[in-house]
Amino acid sequence: MARQPEGPPPPPTVQKLRIRYAKRGRLRFASHRDLARALERALRRAQVPMAFSAGFSPHPKISYIGAAPTGAASEAEYLEIGVAIRCDPDAVRAALDAALPDDVAVLEVVEAQEGTGSLAERIDTSVWRVELPGVALADLQPAVEKFLASEVVTVAKRTKNGLKDIDARPAVAGASASGEAGCAILHMVVRQVTPAVRPDDVLAALAAVADLRPPLPPRAVREAQGRLDDTGTVADPLGPDRAARAPVPGEHAAV
Amino acid sequence: MTGETLYPRLEPLLAQIQKPIQYVGGELNAQLKPWESVDVHWALMYPDAYEVGLPNQGLMILYEVLNERPDALAERTYAVWPDLAALMREHGVGQFTVDGHRAVRDFDLLGVSFATELGYTNLLEALDLAGVPIHAVDRDETHPVVVAGGHAAFNPEPVSDFVDCAVLGDGEQAVGDITDVVKAWKAQGRPGGREELLARLARVDGVYVPRFYAVSYGPDGTIAAVARTRDDVPAKVGKRTVMDLDEWPYPKQPLVPLAESVHERMSVEIFRGCTRGCRFCQAGMITRPVRERTITGIGSMVDAGLKATGYEEVGLLSLSSADHSEIGQLAKELADRYEGTNTGLSLPSTRVDAFNVTLANELSRNGRRSGLTFAPEGGSERIRRVINKTVSKEDLVRTVTTAYANGWTQVKLYFMCGLPTETDEDVLEIAELAVEVIRAGREASGRKDIRCTVSIGGFVPKPHTPFQWAAQASAETIDHRLRVLRQAINADRRIGRSIGLRYHDGKPGVIEGLLSRGDRRVGRVIERVWREGGKFDGWSEHFSYDRWTQAAAAELPAFGVDLDWFTTRERTEHEVLPWDHLDSGLDKEWLWEDWQEALSEEEVADCRWTPCYDCGVCPTMGTEIQIGPTGRSLIPLTVV
Repeated sequence: MARQPEGPPPPPTVQKLRIRYAKRGRLRFASHRDLARALERALRRAQVPMAFSAGFSPHPKISYIGAAPTGAASEAEYLEIGVAIRCDPDAVRAALDAALPDDVAVLEVVEAQEGTGSLAERIDTSVWRVELPGVALADLQPAVEKFLASEVVTVAKRTKNGLKDIDARPAVAGASASGEAGCAILHMVVRQVTPAVRPDDVLAALAAVADLRPPLPPRAVREAQGRLDDTGTVADPLGPDRAARAPVPGEHAAV
Repeated sequence: MTGETLYPRLEPLLAQIQKPIQYVGGELNAQLKPWESVDVHWALMYPDAYEVGLPNQGLMILYEVLNERPDALAERTYAVWPDLAALMREHGVGQFTVDGHRAVRDFDLLGVSFATELGYTNLLEALDLAGVPIHAVDRDETHPVVVAGGHAAFNPEPVSDFVDCAVLGDGEQAVGDITDVVKAWKAQGRPGGREELLARLARVDGVYVPRFYAVSYGPDGTIAAVARTRDDVPAKVGKRTVMDLDEWPYPKQPLVPLAESVHERMSVEIFRGCTRGCRFCQAGMITRPVRERTITGIGSMVDAGLKATGYEEVGLLSLSSADHSEIGQLAKELADRYEGTNTGLSLPSTRVDAFNVTLANELSRNGRRSGLTFAPEGGSERIRRVINKTVSKEDLVRTVTTAYANGWTQVKLYFMCGLPTETDEDVLEIAELAVEVIRAGREASGRKDIRCTVSIGGFVPKPHTPFQWAAQASAETIDHRLRVLRQAINADRRIGRSIGLRYHDGKPGVIEGLLSRGDRRVGRVIERVWREGGKFDGWSEHFSYDRWTQAAAAELPAFGVDLDWFTTRERTEHEVLPWDHLDSGLDKEWLWEDWQEALSEEEVADCRWTPCYDCGVCPTMGTEIQIGPTGRSLIPLTVV
């Protein structure tokens, strides 16, 4: 029989909290692992009463949902945590936000409501905004149109096992172009498929169909995540929890 | 304008490289002061990759001490990996600090902490990237003053062409004195230029300015004399010693990186210095005497540090942590304080002592239990007497067995090979030990899955130790001994599969030996290696032994010496050693006697518990042993 640590098992999860946060500015260069470490430490500094897994190496109960790639900023990253003492979601939001670096902002914390399903099931699509410094709208616009008009756009994607060809077209549910001074902006709605199609892959596709080659590294921001419906709208993944929230009883632990 | 941020020019480059997070700064507890708000600007460099340099305690301490001064600021810079370095050269972006992304070129001082000599080529690379002439003589008063510190600074001669000065010993107070000198010189309108500034720095206690000392050589290649070239600088430069560690509770706000680093924990230094007298150990020789932080001082640092960082593990650091006079009580009371918080406490490798298993049990009560590490260092009882780290084979086996019996499944044992007087038999005893440990451990724990990892490295003789005269073992000798050891461990697979062997080949140690005991002539070798592309010499994928030996063969014969002369040659009693004018407080005659006693396998006791044996440090430096017990205890933390 496997050995068990001495002492009582850790206290159970009594509440699940779903968190939306942003990574901005310089911290767009943080990888998912970097952010996960920062979040775990911030939860400790904020004294959030985390629930832990049992065993010799207890880990706090945290699940991350689809992280934005290193180098991309995001206004819509999600995670879910389990706590051992009930907490006021707004107090957790404020305490966690204060404990994180300035370029990581905790935007919303809601209590997961029973019977509303898992958070992961509510996310299958990303909304991206990609700034292209040094690219003119007049060049981006036709490139996007040409891409959308194509049925298949094969690009080489760098994976752990070297370069692999993927079709970047089907994952892109919609795309458009706009412009600011000296900078064209690509807007797109991209389905989260396997293998993943990331902003870099779509840019490679624009290079392939229209020879669009930005002179400077593009800056991508994930603006939203959620479930894509038939009307092309991406639904807020925290919406069902917010909607199902019962009137708040006054029994919250302080954070 | 100076002090301007380079970030807008750096940012596009970051999108094209590996692990960009290490260059963006903004770590928890990082500080950024307005450039114009202070008089003196320090760039502090750890000359290795960010992941190694960030957790460095020395740099973190000086960063805070300097930033606490209203008239100074300190920012950090680390060695840049070749992928970014190439882009920086292509786009004309200089070596930058990660705090303000300011050009290192703009700072008044560049302080470089050398924990190991293998960082020397990274200094040259950083200077070159910064646009600072690599040779100190080519710099003018607009360039930063390059200050070396850290243990390797006790023999800065190999880098004396490249650094402007070196600080010997503890830096906490020395950086303040240097700041005062620079501030005054700037306020007076920089009288006398760089030469005058360096002359003033040379009069600061603990500061060595190589350019004011001339070295002459005899016909046999040894040093004839080291003479000062100005009479207003000291003939011999002594080290700095910080007394009363409780007065210096740094770092108060340890830096927490987003990027992964080599130490995912915070550290509290529980004492400084060591008088165990292990003869191979430079740290133990140059940091005397022992100065303990009190149990209550440690308790507050642990508390403040955990609150400031959110780390879940605290390392209780020192050169031999189990020797703290209050360690048993400290372990118990800290574990009581953090009961139920998933906070782990740990010690670095300890001496082989059954008491240390009890300590480790106590410390890991609330956290994850990783492994236990002991450092017997020598394979046989005989060689352990030579190095003055005596423990009997029976005690060693009993201690490790106790660890297994207490539920530790992983035990790591540190050894060295290539020690003075060592033979193959001494090293082969490591295999016997490991086998016995596993056999006894399986019996005591009733488990088959226990493991013992033997970690072994080649010994490099260091300045200011009794082994400073010793002949270093050649790479071939080291590699041969490692080979026979591996064969011996694998001889019985039923036991051998529970034993891991981790080792490095002997080549990097030879170069470390050249740089450790080298003199000014070795600077030419370092420069050639760097010009030929050498950097990150502490990383096996970057280190090139051939590049080093070829550079040594090209540069050294002109002086009538060679690589072997610096490494495998035994020195005689009265040879002038390159660091003789740098004073660690140790009496050279005492060191020689201790070397002779090593050869006759005689032990020397610890002066904390036995009478003073006149190593020379306390009277020379005006210091004294500061140890407890204080009789105080840790009260439970108030629960909010």
